[in-house]
Amino acid sequence: MKLATRIIAALGAAALSLGLAQAAPSGAPVRIGSTLALTGPLSGTAIIHKIVGEIYVDDLNKRDGLLGRPVEWILKDDQSKPELARTLYEQLITVDKVDLIIGPYATPNIIAAMGVAQRYNRVLIHHTMGIPSLAKYDMQFPAWSVGPNPETTVPNTLFDALAASAKPPKTIAIVTSKFPSVYFMSVGAREVAKKRGLQEVLFLEWEFGNKDFGPIANRVKDAKPDFVFVGAIGLEGNQLLEAMKKIDYVPPMHYYMYPAPGPLAKLPEAQGALAASIFEQHPPFTNNPIAAQFVKEYNARAAKAGLPDNSVETQAAASFSTWQVLEAAVTATKSLDDKVLAAWLKQNQVDTIQGRLRFDRANNYGDDLMRVKQVQNGHWVTVWPKEWAAPGAKLITP
Amino acid sequence: MPSFTLLAQSVLSGIFIGALYGLLGLGLSLTWGMLRQINLAHFALAFLGAYLTFQLTHGAGWDPLATLLVVVPCFFLLGASMHWLFARFAITPFNSLLVTFGLTVIVESLIQWIWTADQRLMDSAYGAVRFKLGALYVPLPELLTLVLAVALSLAAWAGLRYTDLGRAMRAAAEDAPIAAAFGVNERSLSLLLSGISAAFAGVAGLCIALSFTLAPSQIYAWIGVVFAVVMIGGLGNPIGPLVAGIVIGISESLTMALTSPAWAPLVSFSLLIVVLLARAKKI
Repeated sequence: MKLATRIIAALGAAALSLGLAQAAPSGAPVRIGSTLALTGPLSGTAIIHKIVGEIYVDDLNKRDGLLGRPVEWILKDDQSKPELARTLYEQLITVDKVDLIIGPYATPNIIAAMGVAQRYNRVLIHHTMGIPSLAKYDMQFPAWSVGPNPETTVPNTLFDALAASAKPPKTIAIVTSKFPSVYFMSVGAREVAKKRGLQEVLFLEWEFGNKDFGPIANRVKDAKPDFVFVGAIGLEGNQLLEAMKKIDYVPPMHYYMYPAPGPLAKLPEAQGALAASIFEQHPPFTNNPIAAQFVKEYNARAAKAGLPDNSVETQAAASFSTWQVLEAAVTATKSLDDKVLAAWLKQNQVDTIQGRLRFDRANNYGDDLMRVKQVQNGHWVTVWPKEWAAPGAKLITP
Repeated sequence: MPSFTLLAQSVLSGIFIGALYGLLGLGLSLTWGMLRQINLAHFALAFLGAYLTFQLTHGAGWDPLATLLVVVPCFFLLGASMHWLFARFAITPFNSLLVTFGLTVIVESLIQWIWTADQRLMDSAYGAVRFKLGALYVPLPELLTLVLAVALSLAAWAGLRYTDLGRAMRAAAEDAPIAAAFGVNERSLSLLLSGISAAFAGVAGLCIALSFTLAPSQIYAWIGVVFAVVMIGGLGNPIGPLVAGIVIGISESLTMALTSPAWAPLVSFSLLIVVLLARAKKI
């Protein structure tokens, strides 16, 4: 029964996404509310989620909408502030009286929205929660499939990849921002590295917003590690590499936790840089026709919006998956009732462009679907695990 | 034990970042000390200058240094206009803090509207150039920042000390009514000083664009440390911010080299507290 439901839901979503089932939605719109950091320090990434949401809602309305009704996305600007996100979700539920809600961008804002969702017993599907242990609410569902313990599983996947490479590292330097979701992963990586017998030659932390990466680059160079784990978010990775370039230092092997993928790939010094990813726009990911269609649409809209990087990767894919999960639950249950949707999600799996998601482990997390990608000739390519590697791609070591 | 190279390179990094602190603090110190305006918008102007430099370099293919030919005169007019408005509405020193904070938010929104909130990194021919001094590396963008900071600080100091205009400015800052009695046109000099300070912000913007990633929200990342630099260096003192900036820069860099980089932000404020306590009687 479970499998049958899953297959029907997946096929239904796929057929709908491909435009095979054409019918004009009618009646009162299904109102879906959310906030995004449209302004403020997180807005550079949140714009990705806005574009993805618009693509998905447009596509839904070109098909049959939800339950045959058109879909209206009520999007508000939380200005990158969790306290404002909390107020706006309250407003979405009590004043705008939306039928459904989905999550905002970034862990602190998601936690804020989760509190409101819990107060009103609403389902909250979210796309970028970086610390699963903080997601205690029973009716929250993560669409970024990092598993319940990413601080262990993600580094393990990385070290597996390195161990299988032509030149496995023996020493490691871990340098990290104290941005909560990044720091949490770096501390986890430190423990995993220790357990796997890598010798730690340096561990450094910096405050998020650090301006001067020169001294950090100096210390990494001085420590002479085989491998540098950079707990960086956004452009911190670029800033560190720029600082390294100024002292003529090239890290032998280097990994970045949550980099700004486009700018990092374009940096010549980033050749060989590694990072985690759930999706890259190359086969086998794009063998999925829904993914291929989304990549095409996203590339065009992101270019039109003036984004410096138009590629679909983790953020866009997680965002798309959120809408896929929501659509699958509503379509399968033919309901907008939060409790019905939550019950269905707990018992079923959903096929998304990042892979099959399930929500039956701790805090409704499922499998860790994070893979390892590498900058090769100015482009990100997945290199690990082998079954998700880009055609002909393998991890390059110095 | 850190190597000698690590320590020496860290000191050098500290001098370079300190020079930028000093350059950013120069205009702020002059308007605060001599015009009694706490101009938070100085940081917004510096970033506006950085974005203009980025635009002219990337969009129009200008040499980054050549952008000063446009940025400096434009910012001079902008600074003078701002001061004219402040004078027209008799903004008090405390209110100037609030008004210029509002202006900062407006400029941040303007930058975000034009260039989006995405981070921008200016590629220039200068970025790849670095000199080697033994085992030490001297990057050209940072060297340019140091040269500009020293040159402008010395020029401002010499101008205030040795020219009639500078003496008149100092006299007006000291006692405007008495200076006016001696024929000093305080209003014109205030406009001039505001214009010059804003032009300094434009030059600092060039240095920021040469060495740092640009994002609208980064405006606020510099306020704390540069305020500390200005307070330590002394209000209205053109050399003070440079010296204080370099002291703080070196202290931060050595903190990063010897302990955890996460401790570095504490340095500027610890030094500020020490200096304020030492100067308690003068405040």
